[in-house]
Amino acid sequence: MADGIKDKVAILGMGCSRFGERWDCGPEQLMVEAFQECIADAGIDKSEIQAAWFGQCYDEIGTGKGALGLPFALRLPYIPVTRVENFCATGTEAFRGAVYAVASGACDIALAQGVEKLKDTGYGGLPAMDSVNSGSLVGQVMPNISAPGSFAQLASAYRAKHNISYEDLKRAIAMVSVKSHANGAKNPKAHLRKPVTLEQVMASPIIADPLGLFDCCGVSDGSACAIVTTPEIAKSLGKTDLVTVKAIQLAVSNGQEQGYKDWDGSYFATTRHAAKRAYQEAGIKNPRKEISMFEVHDCFSITEFVTYEDLYISPEGGATKDVMDGFFNADGKIPCQIDGGLKCFGHPIGASGLRMLYEMYLQLLGKAGNRQLSNPRIGLTHNLGGFPFSNVNAISIVGRYE
Amino acid sequence: MVGITSYGGYIPRLRLNRGAIYGANAWMAPGLIGSAGGEKSMANWDEDSLTMAVEAARDCISGFDKTRIDATYLSSLNMPFQDRQNSGILAAALNLKEDIETADFTGSSRAGLSAVIAGINAVKTGDYRNALVAAGDRRITKMAYSHELWAGDGAASLLIGTENVIAEFKGAYTITDDFIDHFRGQGEKFDYNWEERWIKDEGIGKLVPKAIQGILKKTGVDGKEISRFIMPCVFGRVPSEIAAGFGIPSDKVSDNMHKVCGDTGSAHPIVMLALALEKASPGDKLLVVNFGQGAVAMLFEVTDKIKNLRLRHGISGCLADKKAELNYIKFLSHRGMLQQDWMMRAEGNYKTALTTLYRSRKMILGMVGGKCTKCSTAQFPKSEMCVNPECGEIGTQEDCEFSDQPGTIKTYTSDLLTYTLDPPAHYGMITFENEGRGMFDFTDYEAGKIKVGLPVKMVFRIRNFDKPRGFIQYYWKAKPVILKEEV
Repeated sequence: MADGIKDKVAILGMGCSRFGERWDCGPEQLMVEAFQECIADAGIDKSEIQAAWFGQCYDEIGTGKGALGLPFALRLPYIPVTRVENFCATGTEAFRGAVYAVASGACDIALAQGVEKLKDTGYGGLPAMDSVNSGSLVGQVMPNISAPGSFAQLASAYRAKHNISYEDLKRAIAMVSVKSHANGAKNPKAHLRKPVTLEQVMASPIIADPLGLFDCCGVSDGSACAIVTTPEIAKSLGKTDLVTVKAIQLAVSNGQEQGYKDWDGSYFATTRHAAKRAYQEAGIKNPRKEISMFEVHDCFSITEFVTYEDLYISPEGGATKDVMDGFFNADGKIPCQIDGGLKCFGHPIGASGLRMLYEMYLQLLGKAGNRQLSNPRIGLTHNLGGFPFSNVNAISIVGRYE
Repeated sequence: MVGITSYGGYIPRLRLNRGAIYGANAWMAPGLIGSAGGEKSMANWDEDSLTMAVEAARDCISGFDKTRIDATYLSSLNMPFQDRQNSGILAAALNLKEDIETADFTGSSRAGLSAVIAGINAVKTGDYRNALVAAGDRRITKMAYSHELWAGDGAASLLIGTENVIAEFKGAYTITDDFIDHFRGQGEKFDYNWEERWIKDEGIGKLVPKAIQGILKKTGVDGKEISRFIMPCVFGRVPSEIAAGFGIPSDKVSDNMHKVCGDTGSAHPIVMLALALEKASPGDKLLVVNFGQGAVAMLFEVTDKIKNLRLRHGISGCLADKKAELNYIKFLSHRGMLQQDWMMRAEGNYKTALTTLYRSRKMILGMVGGKCTKCSTAQFPKSEMCVNPECGEIGTQEDCEFSDQPGTIKTYTSDLLTYTLDPPAHYGMITFENEGRGMFDFTDYEAGKIKVGLPVKMVFRIRNFDKPRGFIQYYWKAKPVILKEEV
């Protein structure tokens, strides 16, 4: 009987590039920037990395298909490299590959690196869906959706389910963005570093009703990476304060939300499944009490808002109260997006899952500078790809090795 | 007895105020004022001759057994495909059976009634129990010309059969004469028209009476017996003048519908006939005539059975469900007459894999889903494994039509980011009465009036244009049902 990943793998080092509109950098420069920090933090030589997982979502930009982009950029010495892609959960997927390889004993030290060079499309937002492989059925029947439009659907269903007025929900999700901007302003690597007011967010131009511009995350270039090994090897390399993996869980839609009568459109069925399994794997019984901080996939304010409930941190229907109470603020009970989140740190797709882990790692080691929280023990990351009605949901829990 | 057993109609919801056309063009064509009254029906950006014909045919065959339709004929002056049988797409959209005869009728404004005659002849042979005829026209004209004012978009459909005939076919008489009032050469987008006075005097004025004379003689009916004279003609007074020559008073002459929708091309005689049938009484003799490379006249006599036919949504239902459009630029944009900057998101590649389309043709064109024979779960699309997590049986689903399922909006948004020819795009999850569901684009919506719980009807529409290859993708969209109290 499998007993899960808890404490089998430690993070030896992490790195993250500055996120933003990096007009002067290609994916290669972004990856090297993150990797230099990571390898120095790990304190090993590049030749000690035995396998790598490379996360990059879009083929149309960046380094294209296949795994070559990473070993070319880092001049990795003919080691196994696998490119993974799982929508916006790609970064966590790369991490999971490296962690599982170490846990299996197949290798001692593995690298997970994600990158996305979004600002080569020529327009705002993600690359348009029309480039979906023309052979797929999806390309002939998918509604004409954009990312904000697909997530905006949540708001319509949440309002209907909980009988909340348009204005009240609009205000609550605006508060989510205000909080993330306040956090992002303190982060030197973040894409968007200006605090915003509730009024500014509420008045921002509508992108997909009810989501305005300030309900949408930054579209950014960037890279993040992690080098993982076993706790034993980490200690043998002289590491004393260890951050270990407590859980990694994925839940992936199977067509039930969009094809079967149960789902009401107001929440993520996948998040609920993945969260339950992740808490079990990590031995967490009461997440609202035991989680010190978390990073959720706030591609849009409404996504973060419903995720509070889907992670069983806010009670069902209780997200509005928690948000308005400042429960998730930097000085609240469980800070969320302490690094600015996707909203302000930015969202280079393939890197985002690793960027979330990077912040949890820094916080757990007390290295988060002016954003440092007091004595965090357990951090959770929630990395989501796809659409509310069909998606890939990845949850990681990391914590101090005690 | 052979004749019409049902009828249906479709006029698109948008009505362009002709004053908007005149106002924009008066500087160069002040003479347009003569035809600038009223409004013309205007296909939405995602409607064409075929999609409108599909809607008219759905209205026509509602309540009938589709498996007894043995032939389907489609008429249009603007078929979406030159080579890909358009009536075949019509049959697929209606999910008609496989062993069916289909044919396209085009190339003349007479083509609509030619299709009706073909349907009648098919049924007369005894080889075909019922023939479905549909005619749709999305009219394309140059800007600032009388034809732009005269033309409207619309469709109508007739079911021809031998059982429960509501209007008996008494006869048809056709004159074929290569009188070229207008023409459109291979590859040309617009018609080229000759002088109106010549068309009126030498064309319509001589050929139409010849056809009427022929049909009255052939059927032994006197003009005075005609209860309704149906003659599409953009020259408003001409039909009454011609009718008078046969002793048919002007109160029996049908209005040409210029004020409410305009001339719908080869569909127009059937549109006007469908409207006349809505109000017809047993014993009425309906004379339908149409000019075009000659002229055709058809005579029908209404039977008692018309009282038993459930009322169709019909032309008058469509005329009542309208939205006034005052924006001439939007009309031109919907017809592809302008070069706007739709920005980079519009550069997408919309190539259709024909293999994929063919495998999923029932789903994509016919909106056929599945119903599990094990657990009765209706699901869209039909799949190998049942979507019910408690079931999951393999290979248990039988075909289940979703196109006529009443639906309800479960989630939605109004999206200003995604590229569409009519922003903002609206879409969301639709749940159906049979408990199936799916994500669909919305169409013909009232921006700002969409809400969770709003009832919708599924309609067959254009999904995308693949311009480099000249292909059109069709799929089903959700059209909010306008509730009476909201009008």
